[in-house]
Amino acid sequence: MQLSSTQPIDCDVHLAVPSTRVLLPYLEDYWREHLIRRGIENDNLELSSYPPNAPINCRPDWRPPTGLPGSQFEQLRDHVLEPFQPRFAICNVLDGSQIMFSEDLSAALCRGINNWIAAEWLDRDPRLRASIVVPAHSPDLAVAEIERRADDGRFVQVLMLAMTEIPLGRRQHWPIYAAAERHGLPIGIHAGSSFRNPPSALGWSSYYIEDYVSQSPGFSGVLNSLVTEGVFNKFPKLKVVLIESGVTWLPAHFWRINKTWRGVRSETPWLDRMPSEIIRERVRLTIQPFDEPPEEHDVQTIIEEIGCDEMLLFSTDYPHWHFEGTDAIPPGLPDGLLTKLLVDNALATYPRLS
Amino acid sequence: MNMTVMDRKPEAINQSYLGFIDCDVHPFFKSPDEFNAFLPERWREHRRTIGGRTRVGLAKASNYPRMSPGNGQRMDAWPPDGTHPGSDLPFMQQQLLDLFNVSYGLLAPLVGGSGGERNVEFGAAMATATNEWQLARWCDPDPRLKAAVLVNVEHQSAAIAEIEKRAGDRRFVQVQIPPRGLEPLGRRRYWPILEACAANGFPISLHLGGAGGHPSTGGGHPSFYHEEHPSYVQSMQTLVTSLVCEGVFEHIPNLKIVLVEGGFAWLPALCWRLDRAWKRLHAEVPFLRQKPSEYVRQSIWVTTQPIEEPERPRDMLSTLEWIGIDRVMFSTDYPHWDQDDPRYAFKVALPEEWKRKIYSENARALYQLE
Amino acid sequence: MSRHVVATVDEIAPGTCKIVTVRGREIGVFHVNDEFFAIFNRCPHQGAPLCRGALLSRLESPAPGEYRLTRHGEMLRCPWHCWEFDIRTGQSWCDPDSVLARTFSVDVEPGATLARGPFEAETVPVTVEQDYVVINV
Repeated sequence: MQLSSTQPIDCDVHLAVPSTRVLLPYLEDYWREHLIRRGIENDNLELSSYPPNAPINCRPDWRPPTGLPGSQFEQLRDHVLEPFQPRFAICNVLDGSQIMFSEDLSAALCRGINNWIAAEWLDRDPRLRASIVVPAHSPDLAVAEIERRADDGRFVQVLMLAMTEIPLGRRQHWPIYAAAERHGLPIGIHAGSSFRNPPSALGWSSYYIEDYVSQSPGFSGVLNSLVTEGVFNKFPKLKVVLIESGVTWLPAHFWRINKTWRGVRSETPWLDRMPSEIIRERVRLTIQPFDEPPEEHDVQTIIEEIGCDEMLLFSTDYPHWHFEGTDAIPPGLPDGLLTKLLVDNALATYPRLS
Repeated sequence: MNMTVMDRKPEAINQSYLGFIDCDVHPFFKSPDEFNAFLPERWREHRRTIGGRTRVGLAKASNYPRMSPGNGQRMDAWPPDGTHPGSDLPFMQQQLLDLFNVSYGLLAPLVGGSGGERNVEFGAAMATATNEWQLARWCDPDPRLKAAVLVNVEHQSAAIAEIEKRAGDRRFVQVQIPPRGLEPLGRRRYWPILEACAANGFPISLHLGGAGGHPSTGGGHPSFYHEEHPSYVQSMQTLVTSLVCEGVFEHIPNLKIVLVEGGFAWLPALCWRLDRAWKRLHAEVPFLRQKPSEYVRQSIWVTTQPIEEPERPRDMLSTLEWIGIDRVMFSTDYPHWDQDDPRYAFKVALPEEWKRKIYSENARALYQLE
Repeated sequence: MSRHVVATVDEIAPGTCKIVTVRGREIGVFHVNDEFFAIFNRCPHQGAPLCRGALLSRLESPAPGEYRLTRHGEMLRCPWHCWEFDIRTGQSWCDPDSVLARTFSVDVEPGATLARGPFEAETVPVTVEQDYVVINV
């Protein structure tokens, strides 16, 4: 099918901050001088989760001759906006600013990034939307930034990394969820880790491919935390989007957590519904990457096991390398799902898009 | 609770399950002093004064207390003399081995603390003692029970010595290593131990657990047992990833791995993800000459408990097919609270051939049992 | 349906259970909060001996972090996978509409009444001086 004719909503494209120096005009005076004073303007704040030159992190024909992929508007225009003709594209920035140990520094840099996104991207093309970048490990400062951006309707989501210091459902994070709910902003939880903790209970593995694969199990931990801590009870209007999770792990996750819930419910008595029911109602997943089974007909089985047509959101995950040309829809998805996948589910998830 | 318990009339037991091989049975001690008979005086004294030390804050209780007394036991599995579930052989025979005419019960001892012990000499001594204890208390009195060789992987020479010592003793069918250690088990520093297992004909049982000191999830310490219980799946997933991506199966092609008590329905999607990632990132791991899923198919087995319960019971069939019917082995996890009963664990009717394999033939072949 | 005398009321202390066999089936008879209840001794999940589980309270929680006990001792928790059943109705806590433990109605009757019949005395000889627990199966 000709994707562009449907004008899909792309729920995950990545902008790269070309260099930390680029943020200087977008910082308050104090922090501008602070970065210069300490030489941080020359630091590369790239996250370990996404080495930009790793093959999976940039499709060869999207790799610019110089600079980072997704760091210039023209790249986004040529690679995403022209070929796919999205009616909206939601831009997610993953940068080390979000995880700096010093909370104030982290918050200042996040403010700078959000200013940069607004001025150099959102102002340039009316189709672009963005996630608010926040220091999730500093709930008060994260809330302050959400409040600051809330009036700009082009910011449609609050972005958090999946694996940080403490599980995302823990009560320390709740002020962030309260603010997001107040402003009709879903929480976008993006694959990756700040590596405050090793990728798993087994400790530190050797290879990037292991870290990459472990992002998917990481989402199981995230969901279990959000559900058991009662985040969805406490914040009845809050929606969560799992970005770049891989998708096909979800049915086995349901089967396991539902069975556990029946026996362990008394520890978390506020959970008065099956976890899968809560997740189907409040959690959405972007479609790329899609860890597909080798046989196309098994995709149908997985979709049936996921059991909710409203859960999946179209995404290219630009510039990560998951498909060729414009074949961004995983093969084997039932046709009946497409309208919801490409447009309707995103409109329902992101109220600010309407 | 004060109850008059009538003699249970035995339920008619379907022939399909009789004679099954239980790939996960947990023996316990009536008294911790039972291990002393197998320990030198130095370690008996050490146990008494310092005691076991792993990498957690609580010395004696679980970080995540379980849901029933005895740290998560079936409430009807307390023997008549009131000692701990799993500590009484006649009661175990009555509730499991004789009830189902079990062919073999594979012991997975979670006692003794040898695996996660920080004092590695003490850990090695406890491993040896626990291995002797299995023989004396369980395998010799009831030869249907098979032992696992416990080792402390942080004491490489002692672990290899213990494995070599037990080689050829058919009362031991596998080496047991806890997944949650200091580093993922695929890492090179553990290869000599893995080589020793393979060289001596022992599959490795990776029974959930361990105390490596890392949070149970990559995102930090969960609050609840409600999270801890399913977090073992994530540990199994990263364990498979480590073993495959480190090239362990290239380096030791005849190594056999059994994932115990992790369930299994998560395995197909993990394999699909591994294959997809490898397509792009194979240059990082050039020693892998096959797709990751092929290594899994060749070298990894799973036990069934805690069996996942698909919302549509028939989805169990495709899940089993995706893993491979010859890879799956039934286990009860007796006497834990979340154990599976062989009569009711599967909510879908299995073809007879599948039942034979899952309940008996796969384990018989892997462990070379009569 | 027939009526079966299964115990004197004194035999089953408060908070305890007597397991009886009636017409070949095991039934647990519970004494809870001055009332008697009877439940089939088989969990609908995996066939566990349900009545050997614990009697616990119903847990209510209007919000995370808030914990309330109601209906003390009226939830029967399966000794295996800890599924909880309402002792009055047999409904499971988690799936009240679709998962049920089988319950039986229970009466307390004075011996004088029972001596007149009709009833089927299973395991308990009846004298007129005592009160008896009678279940309808």
